Amino acid sequence: MRKNGVKMIKIKAKDVDVFYGKKQALFNISLDIEENQVTALIGPSGCGKSTFLRCLNRMNDVIDICSVKGEILINDFNINDKGCDVVRLREKIGMVFQKPNPFPKTLYENVSYGPTIHGIAQSKQEMDEIVETSLKKAALWEEVKDRLHEPGTGLSGGQQQRLCIARAISVRPEVILMDEPCSALDPIATAQIEELIDELKKEHTIIIVTHSMAQAARVSQNTGFFHLGQLIEHGSTDKIFKNPDNKKTQDYITGRFG
Amino acid sequence: MNKNKEQLLNKRYKAEQRFRLYGQSAIFMALLFLTIFIFKIFSTGYSAFQKTWLIVPVNFDAELMMLDENPTKQDIEDADYYEIALQSMWNLDPNANEDQQNQLKRMVSYFFEREIKQELLKDTNLLGKTKEVYLTASDDLDQVFKGNYPRDLPEDQRRVSDYQLKIFDQLVANGKVESKFNISFFTNADSREAELAGIASSFMGSIFSILVCLMIAFPVAVLAAIYLEEFAPKNRFTDFIEVNINNLAAVPSIVFGLLGLGVLLAIFQLPRSTPLVGGITLSLMTLPTIIIAARASLKAVPPSIREAALAMGASRMQTTMHHTVPLSMPGTLSGTIIGLAQALGETAPLILIGMVAFVNTIPGSPMDPAASLPVQIYIWAESAERGFVEKVSACIMVLLGFLIIMNLFAQIIRHKFEKKWS
Amino acid sequence: MNLILFTFIVLLGFTSYYFGRKKAYTIQSTKKRLTALPQFYGYYLAIWCAIPAFIIFSLWAIFEPSIVKLLILSDYSNQGYLDDELNLIYEKTKALSRGQFTGEITPFIEASAEKYLSLRSIAQSSKVVIVLSAIIASVAYAYKRISSNSRTREPVEKFLNAVLFTASLAAILTTVGIVFSLIFQTIDFFKVIPLFDFVFGTHWYPAKAFVRDSSEALDPTMYSDTFGAVPIFAGTFFIAFIAMCVAIPIGLMSGIYLAEYASIKVRQYAKPLIEILAGIPTVVYGFFAALTVGPFLKELGTSMGLEVSAESALAAGGVMGIMIIPFISSLSDDVITSVPQSLRDGSYAMGATKSETIKRVIFPAALPGIVGSILLGVSRAIGETMIVVMASGLAANLTLNPLESTSTITAQIVVILIGDQAFGDPKTQAAFALGMSLFLVTLCLNIVALRVVKRYREKYE
Repeated sequence: MRKNGVKMIKIKAKDVDVFYGKKQALFNISLDIEENQVTALIGPSGCGKSTFLRCLNRMNDVIDICSVKGEILINDFNINDKGCDVVRLREKIGMVFQKPNPFPKTLYENVSYGPTIHGIAQSKQEMDEIVETSLKKAALWEEVKDRLHEPGTGLSGGQQQRLCIARAISVRPEVILMDEPCSALDPIATAQIEELIDELKKEHTIIIVTHSMAQAARVSQNTGFFHLGQLIEHGSTDKIFKNPDNKKTQDYITGRFG
Repeated sequence: MNKNKEQLLNKRYKAEQRFRLYGQSAIFMALLFLTIFIFKIFSTGYSAFQKTWLIVPVNFDAELMMLDENPTKQDIEDADYYEIALQSMWNLDPNANEDQQNQLKRMVSYFFEREIKQELLKDTNLLGKTKEVYLTASDDLDQVFKGNYPRDLPEDQRRVSDYQLKIFDQLVANGKVESKFNISFFTNADSREAELAGIASSFMGSIFSILVCLMIAFPVAVLAAIYLEEFAPKNRFTDFIEVNINNLAAVPSIVFGLLGLGVLLAIFQLPRSTPLVGGITLSLMTLPTIIIAARASLKAVPPSIREAALAMGASRMQTTMHHTVPLSMPGTLSGTIIGLAQALGETAPLILIGMVAFVNTIPGSPMDPAASLPVQIYIWAESAERGFVEKVSACIMVLLGFLIIMNLFAQIIRHKFEKKWS
Repeated sequence: MNLILFTFIVLLGFTSYYFGRKKAYTIQSTKKRLTALPQFYGYYLAIWCAIPAFIIFSLWAIFEPSIVKLLILSDYSNQGYLDDELNLIYEKTKALSRGQFTGEITPFIEASAEKYLSLRSIAQSSKVVIVLSAIIASVAYAYKRISSNSRTREPVEKFLNAVLFTASLAAILTTVGIVFSLIFQTIDFFKVIPLFDFVFGTHWYPAKAFVRDSSEALDPTMYSDTFGAVPIFAGTFFIAFIAMCVAIPIGLMSGIYLAEYASIKVRQYAKPLIEILAGIPTVVYGFFAALTVGPFLKELGTSMGLEVSAESALAAGGVMGIMIIPFISSLSDDVITSVPQSLRDGSYAMGATKSETIKRVIFPAALPGIVGSILLGVSRAIGETMIVVMASGLAANLTLNPLESTSTITAQIVVILIGDQAFGDPKTQAAFALGMSLFLVTLCLNIVALRVVKRYREKYE
């Protein structure tokens, strides 16, 4: 989105290097993410796009041998700084994973999990509202409103993934990271999710990692192309797909490798 | 609102720290118990490896020994040593009255007569001369010398009299009390006298039981595991076998003792108190452990190996015997050793089949009555004499030593020989 | 004699193997194609040699004594002897024939002893003859088959398969053996003591049931109010409860810490160290409880003005709890590590702290597995013997005061059965009845626990 014609930058990554033990996985990544836009990260498997995504909410902390260098500024605040509190960071930056991972609890508990731990709702009533709006935003409310207290693992794959999206947006994050959210889903469920992404970008900045170039073209406004741990090219989706600067990008888009 | 949030966050981090602390203290507690345990056993047990000797001059008086002049070796063998033994003890205090003489005699083990005899048999030239002989001190004096006996108790509450202590202190002052490595602890059989009791009989009992157990449990378990993992059809019956195995692994050991008593002793009339019966009982107990370990390591062999052999035209039996089983052996063996280590430490079933009998001979075969190391611990722990306390701890140290060696061995087999499939 | 015959059969088996293999080579040298590798010809012949011989051998060993006994005692039939007396006569006969009889020798018994010896020698020689002829016959048959180059691999493998199958029955046989050894004594016990008195009686005092004179008739009133097992059951569960109070918090928390918090290095050292606790024999724990913990608690209690028994339930239960810590910790560690990482990621991505993730996501997910491991721990606590035998009391008090002494099922079994037992005495049978109850209780616990854990495993595999 442009304010007075100026691009609003939400996330600014500067010279990010990531190492797994001694092996370097990302080289010198610098990338700006626009606010309230969908940015797609594409590239062949193992190119580091998921790794980069997990840098943005410091999920790489979970992996013992992983170390991240460089600056990632979100709202001009460096999240790799020692003073950064991961709990607060992750409250602001939600994440949806490749495989739907609802908690083995009821639907209601799944969605209310975030608000509960962050103390967002003051009363039961408020919590009910949050659950309802989140599920509505995730386009799941109509399907599940009668069985909120049944286990979330009983839903279909697409429903589970939308439940995970509802869970992610329940704490009103500024950014939502999506790590190949449709790779485990059938085409109909994929279409539903893509529709949802379009809806969500009104309130959230979305970064989506995807395998499918068609999906990137459909949902995103900006695209970054990763290859062998390097960001080869980055720009508006139109430009990347129609008129890329780099030969490698051209080859990948046209399906010569990957 | 923002301040509230700050407070909540603080609270959440405190809870996090508290939870972490619980975890750390749980680990700490568990390790603390282990430390106390080991410390306690070692601090009470190490002294049992030393034995206290009294050095007493003995006059090998031929007349007192009822020997004629120029006795043959056989005569010396058959001579009466009791008198000279008594005399040499009484000589420690020439002025002793009858009661005190009795007390003097009790300062050494009842074995003292034989110790004196051994000395003479070693060197028959001593006849008619006086020589200082090492005599095993009574267990109470042994404990006094090791500092384990509270001397400040009132006299009527301890088994050592003031008089004995006085004489003993004199001997100590003259350097006539010595402490040496306790060989007899390893070479003697059990005894009612703490100073003479050793672990040889129970050690042999344990070895025999474990060997019997190994010879039965290992082949049966391996064959059963091969059948269940490689050949058995998946049906109700094999499910039933599987439930049986898993359940047997968790049945209390004492129930196996009842099985030994009710079937092996009562019906098959096998000899009571023997390592044979003990070993069979233990083998039934270790069977499920070994089966489970063997199945796990058979399962770990990747199917690609089997497919490769089958594709070459090998029969299923050949595939199994030539490829799968040899590849699974390291895991099976280390599981077997761990199962045997468990069996080695088992007590309750052996008590029920009568391996608690007092055995003062060293068994020469699995058919002779015997105790086992853990049962020996139980027997000694139930004895009242103070001297047995350190024996128990020492016996525990020996037993733990064996268990550690067996477990290390299992580890080495596993790490050295097991193939890592990636 | 048996040993010589046994070795002979084994040797013959080996010879047959080489003979069979040689035959295979001969066939091969005539340019005929073998139906299997030469070894199989050898195995085939060896199996045909040894198996019939061993079957006859073992049948003989099982039936010979009873047939001989029947023949000997047939002389005494119709003379009005009771079964017990006939048995005695037979034992005397056997002892006399071995020259170990010390009692009064009657002409009758002497005659029987002679008959016994002659029967035995007839049996022995006929056994040798039959076994040898069986070997010759079956080897001849098998040799003919391999000479005509018929299939050998299939029968050999079928045989091996049968052997494997038989081995796998060992587990069932053991269970059958357990039930078998317990059930008859238990039934006899309940013939004398009503089941109701056993299950609901509150006085356990088996010492009262002295060994009775077998000539006297059994008088059930003698045992009334002697075998009421309520105090025993109560004591068992009470001590197990104390043990679990120690083991669950420590075991569970250390399992959680090892699985979720500990660095690789800490885990590498702490885990095996804690597991040492599981490898220590229980008799050692018993000694520790009786010698160190019991007196320590007594002194501690006295200094606080409490009356503590040196054999308090607390000491036995507490030490038992230490013993169970590693079971709970390593089982729950396994269970927690098998919770999929995606659930953790999901929770962390929501901004949950580690402890929140553990308490709200991982623990509920792992709960069935953890409950299963706790049940296995309870089953262990109930069946644990040496600690209670050495550290808790032997008198069965009905109490809920952890500072007093109580007794357990296992301790009573040991107390009753240590030393010589007289089968047929209600006191001995009582031990088997207790064993039966112990077996049933632990069986139920184990089956439930194993099923819960298995379901849990399947869910996340």
